[in-house]
Parts: sequence; structure tokens; C-alpha cells
Amino acid sequence: MSRARLLQGNEACAEGALYAGCGFFAGYPITPSTEVAEHMAKKLPKRGGVFLQMEDEIAAMAAVIGGSLAGCKAFTATSGPGFSLKQENLGFAMLTEVPCVVVNVMRGGPSTGVPTGPGQSDIMQCRWGTHGDHPSICLTPAYVQEIFSETVRAFNLSEKYRTPVIVAFDEVVGHMREKIEIPEAGALSVVDRTKPICPPEEYLPYDDSQGDVPPMANFFEGYRYHVTGLNHGPDGFPVNASPRIHTDQLRLLRKVEANRDDIARNVEYRLDDADVAVFAYGICGRSAKAAVDLARAKGIRAGLLRPLTIWPFPEAQVAALSARARAIIVPELSLGQILFEVERCSKGRCRVEGIHRVDGDPIHPAQILARIQEAL
Amino acid sequence: MAFDYQRYIRGGKLPHIWCPGCTYGTVFKSLLRAIDAQKLDRNDIAMVSGIGCASRLPGYVDFNTLHTAHGRALVFATGLKMAKPDKHVLVVSGDGDATAIGGNHFIHACRRNIDMTLLVFNNYTYGMTGGQYSPTTPYGLSASTMPYGNVDFAFDIPSLARGAGATFVARGTAYHVPALDRLIVAAMRHKGFSVVEIMNACPTAFGKRNKFKSPTDLLLWMKESFVPVEAFEKLPPEKTQGKLPMGILHSREGAPEFCEAYFAMVERLKEKEGTGKP
Repeated sequence: MSRARLLQGNEACAEGALYAGCGFFAGYPITPSTEVAEHMAKKLPKRGGVFLQMEDEIAAMAAVIGGSLAGCKAFTATSGPGFSLKQENLGFAMLTEVPCVVVNVMRGGPSTGVPTGPGQSDIMQCRWGTHGDHPSICLTPAYVQEIFSETVRAFNLSEKYRTPVIVAFDEVVGHMREKIEIPEAGALSVVDRTKPICPPEEYLPYDDSQGDVPPMANFFEGYRYHVTGLNHGPDGFPVNASPRIHTDQLRLLRKVEANRDDIARNVEYRLDDADVAVFAYGICGRSAKAAVDLARAKGIRAGLLRPLTIWPFPEAQVAALSARARAIIVPELSLGQILFEVERCSKGRCRVEGIHRVDGDPIHPAQILARIQEAL
Repeated sequence: MAFDYQRYIRGGKLPHIWCPGCTYGTVFKSLLRAIDAQKLDRNDIAMVSGIGCASRLPGYVDFNTLHTAHGRALVFATGLKMAKPDKHVLVVSGDGDATAIGGNHFIHACRRNIDMTLLVFNNYTYGMTGGQYSPTTPYGLSASTMPYGNVDFAFDIPSLARGAGATFVARGTAYHVPALDRLIVAAMRHKGFSVVEIMNACPTAFGKRNKFKSPTDLLLWMKESFVPVEAFEKLPPEKTQGKLPMGILHSREGAPEFCEAYFAMVERLKEKEGTGKP
């Protein structure tokens, strides 16, 4: 039997992690994500898991990667400036292919910005935050129930594809309390990393000859191998000036690109016959849904495309939408970031208009409705 | 019988990257002898490093090895150790790696008294990037980013470690090798956070710029400058000028260790759950 609970978004995130089998959390206090850490601090020790409050955000990210390498499903949660500090070791996890989850409860920025208000202006940082070319998987839940289920999915994707996965939601849904159903064990699938079956002396941790995601051995289990943040060969040791660097970097991108169908999730709402579409995620997605209903009540054919996976970006869905809608409205709590992705994929086939707000309040349905009406 | 280093070195990974005259090779061999003396299962050993010349060492050895980001070795190591507290975690770092970019992690690992050993290869410079001044470059000496003489003040690593709460602090040198073997063994056997500062020579980036004409000059300077702590403490103050103590400088056995304290809490909670009490 599932259990009905009244939970805050941040608590649901922590519960989702536990459901997914997480046994390791390392973090640092920061608003508005702190409740994730507090919930893990209460729950993990009772289950024999590890909770660490580290000396800074960088340390927390590093500890998470260490915990994962030693076999734990591990995650951290942060916000704003903390997410900036995660970037260094987030890149390390991407290049070394260590599964882990980073939760970013988004507030305003840059700098200290608006710590207690919602924001969505980290969304390009979720894609491109760390230096260098790299893949990105970023999930964007909008409801407390979704925060739970998408956190479970984040762990699954990170284990399956050996890559960090970001869960990004804004302060409003992070702090909102809603009724959710926590499914019984087994109702949602839980994925564990694929381990090598070859004898240790034959193990090559980055051998891509059998597929883009090589099996991963945990430290201390008899497979003594090398992990480095330098570009490396199939055996994990550094390579310099080698064509391998190019092909391996392409493989890292391909792990995500070639598996879009498995990774991407979108919610379409009243979209089939829509003249005007709204593209929105997180709290903006909720306002947009209300705006669509208001528009429909007035006889306007409006619809909503709400991505649960913002990275990789739903390119095909937006392209198809731009071919049949007159306009796409993009409300976002930034001065214009995801708007440009929608424009890129629309290729001028329809009008694309943004609604932007960064004063610490969400965008209201009435604002979106007004733009839907203007767009006709 | 001669010591068989090859047993611990990964096939095909030598030669190492270190310059002729660098003392890291000497310390590397000392480290392997010290590990061998403890008869550990190599599957149970993780060696972790950050960035810099010293940080390349783990790549050569047949353990679980993790070459991380600049300054971050201790915190990756903390993750490994907490996930598998019964395993042995060794961290290899340089002076810049451990006390500049990694300075915050350094003091907090000391404070936390987590059971692992940190070896700081102190060669007074950023060797890999070509000889910039580090937090241990002596006052007045030259570096590529202090071409007119260093006006920045140096850390004393053992004092820093002790002040931050490390329960075992030692200093050895690449010249006094048998003593170094013993210090590394003692550090690894200590329960809690142990720090060994190992004085090293970088003839390429530090020595040449500071009137040490050959690598031997640096070794001779080490020979003159470092005095066993027992003898150092008996020296009259005027004779301690230009000298530093080496050996075990601080050791506090029986201090609460972080992994033990954490998992004792876990056990207490399990018992409470068992009794049904909140």
C-alpha cells in the first residue's frame, strides 16, 4: 500500500532519494534547500547510512563522489552560490563517470541575490555550469509528488548512465506542502549500476568497446583501478594528445544524446489543437496550466508543454509545436534563458515570446493569460 | 634480500613524470616500504591525491587510486572512508594543494580527526606550473611570482595541523630516509587523522632560483636544517636559528575518531529502534 503524506517539496526530495536506495548524503547549509539536508540528517543514520555536513559546498560534492565510488548511492542538495561551487567537482564526476545526484533548489541570483525567493536563472548553469564540453541531464519537477518521483528517476538515470544528474526545482515547490502518495517498495523501478563480471585483471573501467556505458567497479571490491580527472584511456590512465580524447568526449555526450527517449519526459496539456502554446517548467508550469484553463474558458485554443527533463532539451517536441502553433509563450523566472532554446528549436516557424520576472515572486496565471490573448 | 618495489607498481606506468634530481622518487620508495611493513591487503587500500607533481604518485601504485581536483583530495577521501570505514585511506598532497587551495579541507580533516593519513610533500613551490610561491615558500626567497623575494609569510604545517586538531603530526625529510619509513608506518598505525610533512627538493623550479646549484645542495641543506625533535628541544635558543625539528611532533592516542563516533551513533539509533523508544 502506498502511504499518503503531507510533505514539503524538499522533504519529498529526501524521501525520493531514500526510496531510490540512497545511503550517503553530504551537504552544506544553504537556503532554500536546507530542509533536504535536515531530513537526511534525521533519516540516514537510523538506516545505517552516512550523513555528512561538510566544511563547504565543494567538499560536499567531493565527498558525494567518494561515497559513490565506494559503492553508495550518493547525493547533495544546494542552492544559488552553492550550486556555483558544485561545478568544479560536478565536472569531475562527469569526466570520471561517477554516478551521483545534485539537487538545486533554485533561488534568485547572481551572487547572494534573493535567497528566500524562487528563481529559474540557474537553468543554463545546469546545462553548462562546469568548464569544458560535457553532457547534462537535468530534471525539472513542478509538484511535490513529482519531486519525489523525479528524484527516484534521477538516481536511476545516474546509475544507468554513469553520470551526475541534476534535479532543479524552484524555491516555491521546494517549500510548498502538498499531499503526496509514497509508493510501496517495488512500485517504482530502482536501478543499480552495472558491475563488471570479468576478472579484476581484465577490467578496463573506461572500455567502450561493448557500449557507451562501461560497467563500473566499486572501490575496495577487488578491482584496483585508477580514476583521474585527466582525459584517460580505457584503462583509466591519463592520455595526452591522443585521438582517444576526442572520441571519448563524444562518447560522454552520446550517453545522453543517444538515449533521449529513455531520459526525456514531458507533460503535454490540451496541446493537440492549440493555436497558442506555453512552454514552461517548475512553478511557471503550474501557473501556465491555470492560464491555459482560463484561456480555454474564453474559447481560446491554448495548450501547455511542460518538460520534466529540461536537459537534454526537448528539441523535437518544440520543433513540432512551432510547426503547428501560431505562437509559443515562455514564462520563466529569469531575464531570458530557456527562451533562447525555444527560439533555437522553433527556427522562426512561429512567434516565440518570453515573460520574465526576477523580483522573487512567481509569474501569475493572469500575466500568462494576457500574453496568450495578445498572441492571437 | 632487496625490497621488491615492482610488487606494488602498476605494470607499464613508469617512468614517472618527476624531474631528474627531484626527491619524490625517494619518498615514493619509502612509502611503499612503509605500506609493505604493515602487511595490508592492497584491495583494502585507497590512495587519493589532488593536483600537482606529488599527486601523480597514486597513478603508479597498484591500489584503489583516485586522482582528484586541486586541493580536494581530503574531501574525496572523506567520502571513501565514511562509505567504507574499515578500509585504509592514504592521501598524497603537495604544499600548495594541501595548504593553499585545499587549506580549508586540511584544517577540517584535522578537526574531524577522521582515521586517515595525509602525506604533504613540501617542496616550497608549485613545481608543476613552474615555480610560483606557495604558502610554505620561506620569506625572502625567490619564486616566479615573487621575483623580488617573497614578502608573503609561510605556514608551519605541523603547527597548523596540531592547532586544527590532528592527533598525530610528524615531519620527515627525503634525506633522512630510514626515519621517514618509520614515521609513515607510525602515522598509518595511528587511529585518527595523521599528518606527515615530508620535506622535498625541487631542484628544477625552486632550487635553481634560490642558489642551490645542484640537487645535492638541497639535500645537504636538508641534512643541516632538520634535527630530530628530541635533540632540537635540548638546543639552546641561539642554536635553533635556521633549524627545524623532525620526527613525531605531536601524538594523542585515544582521542575520539570521527568514523567511530558516527557509527556508534548509528548503533545507538538501531538499539533504540529495536526497543521502540523514540
